[in-house]
Parts: sequence; C-alpha cells; structure tokens
Amino acid sequence: MNEKLTISNQEWDLEIKPQNSAFDLHLSDVWKYRDLLGLLVRRDFVSFYKQTILGPIWFFVQPLVTTIMFTFIFGGLAKISTDKLPPPLFYMAGITAWNYFADCLTKTSTVFRDNADIFGKVYFPRLIMPLSIVLSNLVRFGVQFLLFLLVMAYYAFHGAAFHPTWAIALFPVVVILMAAMGLGAGMIISAMTTKYRDLAFLLAFGVQLLMYATTVIYPLSAAPPKYRWLIAANPMTELIETFRYGFLGTGSFNWPALGYSTLATIVFLFLGTIIFNKVEKSFVDTV
Amino acid sequence: MSTAIKVENLSKAYQLGTIGTGTLSRDLERWFAKVRGKEDPFMTIGEANDRSVKGASDIVLSLNNISFDIQQGDAVGIIGRNGAGKSTLLKLLSRVTSPTTGSIKVKGRIASLLEVGTGFHPELTGRENIFLNGAILGMRKKEIKRKFDEIVDFAGVERYIDTPVKRYSSGMYVRLAFAVAAHLESEILIVDEVLAVGDAEFQKKCLGKMGEVSKGEGRTVLFVSHNISSVRNLCTTGLLLVNGSLKAASTVNNVINEYVSTKKSSLVWEGRNGDDAIVITKTFISTNNKTEAFFTSDEIIITINLEILQNLGEIGVGFNILSSEHSPLARIFFNDYNDLNTLAIGKYEIIFTIPSYSLASGSYEVVFDISLPGIKKVNSDKVNLGFELSSESLIGNRYYNENVPGFNSLFRPNWFTVANKLQ
Repeated sequence: MNEKLTISNQEWDLEIKPQNSAFDLHLSDVWKYRDLLGLLVRRDFVSFYKQTILGPIWFFVQPLVTTIMFTFIFGGLAKISTDKLPPPLFYMAGITAWNYFADCLTKTSTVFRDNADIFGKVYFPRLIMPLSIVLSNLVRFGVQFLLFLLVMAYYAFHGAAFHPTWAIALFPVVVILMAAMGLGAGMIISAMTTKYRDLAFLLAFGVQLLMYATTVIYPLSAAPPKYRWLIAANPMTELIETFRYGFLGTGSFNWPALGYSTLATIVFLFLGTIIFNKVEKSFVDTV
Repeated sequence: MSTAIKVENLSKAYQLGTIGTGTLSRDLERWFAKVRGKEDPFMTIGEANDRSVKGASDIVLSLNNISFDIQQGDAVGIIGRNGAGKSTLLKLLSRVTSPTTGSIKVKGRIASLLEVGTGFHPELTGRENIFLNGAILGMRKKEIKRKFDEIVDFAGVERYIDTPVKRYSSGMYVRLAFAVAAHLESEILIVDEVLAVGDAEFQKKCLGKMGEVSKGEGRTVLFVSHNISSVRNLCTTGLLLVNGSLKAASTVNNVINEYVSTKKSSLVWEGRNGDDAIVITKTFISTNNKTEAFFTSDEIIITINLEILQNLGEIGVGFNILSSEHSPLARIFFNDYNDLNTLAIGKYEIIFTIPSYSLASGSYEVVFDISLPGIKKVNSDKVNLGFELSSESLIGNRYYNENVPGFNSLFRPNWFTVANKLQ
C-alpha cells in the first residue's frame, strides 16, 4: 500500500481529491506565490490613494481625528485617568496599536466575500489573500506609527513626563502578535461568514465593543477591580499595555500576561489557518 | 505519448435553492451521518442534472461519475449544452473548487483561463496589471519581466502601457489580459469561452496562438466553447457532456456529429419573459405550408409576441440565425430597413419572414435579441427556438464537403434570373 503511494506520487505532479487533510496547508505553495503577495500589497497601497487629493496623508487623518475626539470626550468630559500621561499621547498609543489589530481583523474577516470573483476563477493559495491584508495594513500602521513618534517627539520637546523603557525592544513582538491575532480571528470569522452571513453584521459592532473591553481609552490600573480580570482576560489588553509601557513607561506590563496573549494568539492563528484551509476548498459553491 | 490528465470517477454535487435558512441543522445532520460512516443523507447518487425536469432532491450532480484520460499534446474540445457540466469540469481542473468524489491526476503545471483579466485593478496601469495578473496566474516576477515586451507586443498596447486600465477600451483590456495568459509557461492550458470577447481580428489571433500552443509547442489544451466550428478547427479530440455525464470521448469530428444529432428543434415558446418594461409572451416559427415539416421551398415565418409596459426610447427586436455548428449566419432587426425605432405601450406581434430558397437543408437555431440598445438585453435564452429544414427537390440540398467543415453551402438563394441565348 505504502509502496504504491510513492510510485504514484512520483508520476503525478498534482492530485486533486475531495477531502485533503486539514493539516495540509500548502505552505510550500504559499512560498511559490510570494511574488504575488508583494504585488497585492503594492496594489492595495497604490489604489488606496489614487485619485484622492491628499493621497497618503489620509493615513494620518483617521488616528489624528480620533485622538482629538477621545481627548475631548474621555479626557475632557469623562475625566478618565490616563496614568498621568498627556491624554493625546496616551490615546494615540492605544489607537495606533488597536487600529492595526482591528483593521487586520475586519479586512480579513471579509476576505472570501471581497475576493469571491477572483477565487471563483483562478487558483492560487488562498492564504495569500489574508497575508496580503495583514502586510498592507502593516504599511498603513507604519505610517500611523510615524505620526505617533512625531507626537511623542513634540511632547518630549515640551517636557512632558514619560520615559520609554526597555520593553520598547518588545515592539516587533507586539506587532507580530497583533497581526497574527487579527489574522487568526479574521480567518475564523471569514470562514464562517461564507455560510452564515449574520456574523459579518455582528463583527461590525463587535469590534467596536471589543475596543472598550481593551485598554485603549483607559489604563488597566483604572479599571474597577471587580472587572479587571475580565479585561485582562482579553488577550489584546496586554499587547496594548506592553506597547504603552515600552514607549511611554506606564501601564501594567508582566511576563505571564504577555505569555498568555502569545498563547492565545497561537491558538487563534492555528485554528484560523486550519478552518480557512478547510473552507477554501468548497466556498466557491456556497458564497 | 503519455497521459497528462487522468480523471477517475469524478462527481460534483451542488445544492439547489437557498443555502442560508435551516442549514445549521442540516449541517449537523450531515455531519452526524459522516461521523457514523453513513452516506450523505442529502445526496442521491445517480440523479442526473437535467434542469428542465424537477428532481426529487435539491442536491444535483453537476458532474456524474466521469472518467477519462487526456494525452499529452492533445487539444481537447469540451462541448455540451448549457448546464451540461462543462464549466464545473473546468473549475475542478483549475482547482477553483474541489470535487465531491473521485480524483484528477495531473502531470505538469496547469494554467487556467476561466476568464480574462482576473484580478485586474482598474486604477493600476497596464504595466502594473501585467505583473499582478501574471502573478495571480502563477508566474514569477522574473518570468513576467522576461516576457514583458512580448506580452505588450502581442496585445498591441505600447502607447497605453503606463495608463490606468480603466481608461482602456474594452477591446484593449481584453487583449492585454489574454496576452498575459497566452504567455504563461505551463504544460496544460485550460480555456473557457474567453474568445467570445474582443474583435474578429483579435479572436483570430487568439485562436492562432492557441493552435500554436497545442500543435507547435506540444502543450495540452482544454477548450470549452459554444462555437463548434472553432472547436473543430482547434481541437483534435473531443468530450461531449450531457446532463453531467460523459456521453462521448473520441475524435473531434465524431463528438461534434454526436452532439449535433442529439439536439431537438423547438418551434414554439410560450410564457412570460422580460422585465417591467418589455415582456415577451410567445415566440414561434411557422411556414406557409400546412404540414409539420419545414422545406427549403417554404417561407419561414418567425413571430415574436410582446407587451410594452412603459414608454421606452429606442428598442431592438430581432434575432440571430445560427447554423447547427453555432456559427452565426445572420443578424436581423425590425428597425434595420425602416425608421421604426420604438413602440408605444401595448401588445404587439412582430413578424419576420425568411424568403423561400434562402437557407439550405439542415438545422438552425434562432437566438432572439430583444434589448434596449446599449442598456440591457431583455430576453433570456429560454425564448430561443430552433428548426429543421429539409428539401423536397434537389433545390436546397446540402452538399457536405469534408475539407470545408462548418460553412458548406448553408445559403441556397434563388438568385438565378434568366438564361439568354446569345447566338
């Protein structure tokens, strides 16, 4: 039996069968199509600002306006603590990091629907699409991060009290974890929305609600002790906290929490990839 | 010669109707059956996919247990009526969707062209789109770079290469898209009806390129088309699909003859087809003789009954006549030779007459085209008709010429005027 299998493997380059193993992820195929990944990222970036007047400046507008709004509402009216940091700086750190995760999640979650026409006509490893989304958003995040650094420099110049800590070295890890979590959760949702569209509506305000369950507009230390465990149970919380702790020196950073977030991310990514891979084979018939 | 594609017991099931409501419970039921190792409760193996007959289950087999081999270097034409499973087969071969049962084994790289210009982004320039589209079709960047000049040359769009493709004419767009696909380096090329677009000159160029690919370069080509004569010109072997089953697999001529003989003529259609502005209620073909059969000596009368429900601008009412090999012979409109351009609200009977001794014996299709020109086509394919002409005398006999497939003496007009004796 085994021998026969090897012979046929040598003879044929490709075998198309109904149910491939859920763990057969075509990762070598993904590598073969790496050029496509690059070109898709380029496409997203270029087509984003073509025929706009402000061009790439649009990348700045959203975080800037949101920061001003939050500073006014949560800092000015609601007077929520910002851990003694200048409120705009505090909010911008949270928003920049959160936006990256949220963008990865929402864009990935509609990947099947958005690309149904391409997926229905040509084969390439489907995983390329969500990966390109995460990378495209990374470009966007990079630009917004630059804005954050500029604001940081402005406050440093005016002598605001914040001190970057050694945890700044964890920045790449935090970005990778946020990307992976957005990707994993997005893929799970995308796979399920091909059959049950309701989830797409749920996600739209789900992300909004999730933001309030994450320490974007308040520090974890300001959360009521009764609910603190709930907010800490959200794996995104520690990522935002680590980000803030690294750059601004405040926030509740600890290794076990980061370990927990990492573990959660791995689980999401693993499940997401498997489910995505399973659905991609037949989604063309259901979408 | 070796086998390039081996298809074994291939089936593909589709669910009819809506998929949304109630599927969760059905999914669970199906899943439970699978866990117990039982057969899928919602799939009845063996039910044919005949769209005109209502089936017992709402799962149909678009492909039903198909097996065949394709030799390397063959140019294979896949023919069959709409819904016979041609596109499903191509989709399975191109890995867009996966089969329900069975397997396909492939030797070599497959490039499939189910549509031209997949993934073209309107905002990007021609140059950028060549790279993007090439990569989607599976080419590496350096491969595209190497072939870039050739692609641009084939498409003939040098001047516009740095212009966004949304500014292209639709012809240029298609040319560029086909050019990218035609330069793929793959052992197997799958083409679906993409040649239906583009102008005649470019269609010829594409057909030439495909012939070159299969004959010159020894690559395997699978070609799906409704145009039987281009299948005949391009392909060496053929596959005939009927309601999801493989009816014939043989040389292209045998398969085409089999296909042509399975077709029936339909002389009348009645129902309601259209939109809120124009509704077609009846189409029928009759003759001035009293018998059932149609003869070359008869006037053939094609009638369209329709209702105009709104005041419209220009409307087009007409039809195409196609030969038994799907080659278009004539395109006729009611306003071609007069200034009738629109119809007021009301019911109409529109009559066309094909004079006697126009067409040779054989079978013909009448494909209606009722439209708001430049806006939309109103009728669907179900109103189309077909008829069979025979000849009572020698007039209108059709003389088959093996060397000229497709177009042999379809017109037998009565153009003779007089024989003057001059001396």
